[in-house]
Amino acid sequence: MTDFSVEKKILKGKSFKFGDDISTDLIAPGRYFHLRSNMGELAKHVLEDADPEFAKKIKSGGFVVGGKNFGLGSSREHAPTIIKIAGAGAVLAKSFARIFFRNCINVGLPALICDTDKIGEGDLLEINLGEGTIKNITKNLEISFSPLPEVMVKILGDGGLAEHVRKNRGFNL
Amino acid sequence: MEKTISEKIISRHSGRDAGAGDIVVVNIDVVMAQDGTGPLAVSQIEKMEFDKIKNSSKSIFFIDHAAPSPKKELSNTHKVLREFSKKTGAAISEVGKGVCHQILIESYTCPGDIVIGADSHTCTSGALGAFATGMGSTDIAVGFVLAKTWLMVPETVKVNFNGKLNSGVYAKDLIIYLISKITSDGATYKAIEFAGEASDGFSMDDRFTISNMAVEAGAKTGIFNSDEVTRKYLKKQGRENCYREVTADGGAKYENVVDIDCCSIEPMVSRPHTVDNAVPISKLDKTKIDQVFIGTCTNGRLSDLKIAADILKGREVASSVRLIVAPASRNVFVKALDEGIIKTLVESGAAILPPGCGPCVGVHQGVLGDDEVCLSTQNRNFKGRMGNPNSFIYLSSPAAAAWSAVKGYIADPREVLSK
Ligand code: SF4
Repeated sequence: MTDFSVEKKILKGKSFKFGDDISTDLIAPGRYFHLRSNMGELAKHVLEDADPEFAKKIKSGGFVVGGKNFGLGSSREHAPTIIKIAGAGAVLAKSFARIFFRNCINVGLPALICDTDKIGEGDLLEINLGEGTIKNITKNLEISFSPLPEVMVKILGDGGLAEHVRKNRGFNL
Repeated sequence: MEKTISEKIISRHSGRDAGAGDIVVVNIDVVMAQDGTGPLAVSQIEKMEFDKIKNSSKSIFFIDHAAPSPKKELSNTHKVLREFSKKTGAAISEVGKGVCHQILIESYTCPGDIVIGADSHTCTSGALGAFATGMGSTDIAVGFVLAKTWLMVPETVKVNFNGKLNSGVYAKDLIIYLISKITSDGATYKAIEFAGEASDGFSMDDRFTISNMAVEAGAKTGIFNSDEVTRKYLKKQGRENCYREVTADGGAKYENVVDIDCCSIEPMVSRPHTVDNAVPISKLDKTKIDQVFIGTCTNGRLSDLKIAADILKGREVASSVRLIVAPASRNVFVKALDEGIIKTLVESGAAILPPGCGPCVGVHQGVLGDDEVCLSTQNRNFKGRMGNPNSFIYLSSPAAAAWSAVKGYIADPREVLSK
């Protein structure tokens, strides 16, 4: 599902900023319920109600940067999945809602908890997943992020939960 | 070690002496997905190269969110679920049977169980003394094939409901009040245990409403002790044999204790676009409404419909308002028919939908127009939730919803109840 390797992956791109409490209804609106079986199409509407142009802007890569409680609301795994499909390399936020955070790991989208006040719209960021650092190149700042629990690192390392369970025929955490 | 309810249930299901912060693999009792999340779970099961599910009688797919289907794409995803259930023996809950969480509490969840579901309001089952929590489709796919999941044992926030509720104030007002106090992420990653002298007197319907909305404060689950009220409820459903006593130890450690004085609480309303943006209705500016929706896994049960019908009896819904009612399940619907509740609602001007989620999630049946305002008994009011990002959703109890439908604006139910 993903080639995410926790060891030394370095991601680089621009920040696209959103506010606090970005709900899964904003990320993957219910009115596109019928597109859930077609994630490519659904991804064209990602975060549309927060920024109608976002799907176009993220095409060439970058990061979704939110405030507190990012991803609150429903359990729809389609939310992190379409953020990833649309082109984002990671989601950064001050805090995440629980189910969304767990879903990010399961689908192989890095979800990083950090002080996003230090990031402005359009800032160029370089993220070192292995070292746990974010370089804000535009502002010349270093920002650290909280490390993931070990189970999650394992799941990510295996390329997401489905691949972990396929390989091990069960949990091997 | 003295334990919270969650620590006890998780210890029993993991074979370990588990405490807050531990990461464990647990056996699960009930696993489910609905028509919005189930198809992805099915494709993940295939991707994992499993062709059997572990415990078919307690693995359920619900067709409730887009039921009956309004679009061919959704009809096709419903077919995927039906075919998968035929192939594997998983149970399927068909169109018209009701909302997933309502069917779980009527027919599946037992006190002391671990229940996982691909729907955030799975925490509703916590009212029966179960550890019940929502997850995404892949976690649920794993639950279907292994009957196991991994969990971090949550810390627990204890909420004591003290004193007595005033007339016109309901469980819905309490939980909205609590969320407005602790905010939409006040309990993220934590379990909430509901206790206190008032909660002993709550009916099961009250408890379901409260547990249902625990996730609106970010909680992993919202759980009650099991007691005589629980036992009686299960008996009524013909499931008394699954009653177990589930209580916290006296010396259990809580991350936080919140005391709520019920006597001081008024009828509440959440304003657009977050649940915690709430005020007493008495402090709300006059707010005209276009639609009222009574139903959902939060407030679509018999007592909710009865409260609404008692207010609407002999009255008419304002000509500027559409009133939509969806019973939470077929059982609720049949009882409401027997008791004349549906007749009263229809005579007052309500449109009755088949049991299911109805307009709650913006797929069909009651999508709002631009700039329109809806007062709903559902659990969340995020922008776009009911299908239109240019509309506005307020949340209240069924009593406030019914009275507001008559008045044409959001109104305090104490005006009519004290008469
Ligand atoms: S009624 Fe609403 S909140 Fe409840 S399960 Fe259905 S869509 Fe979700």
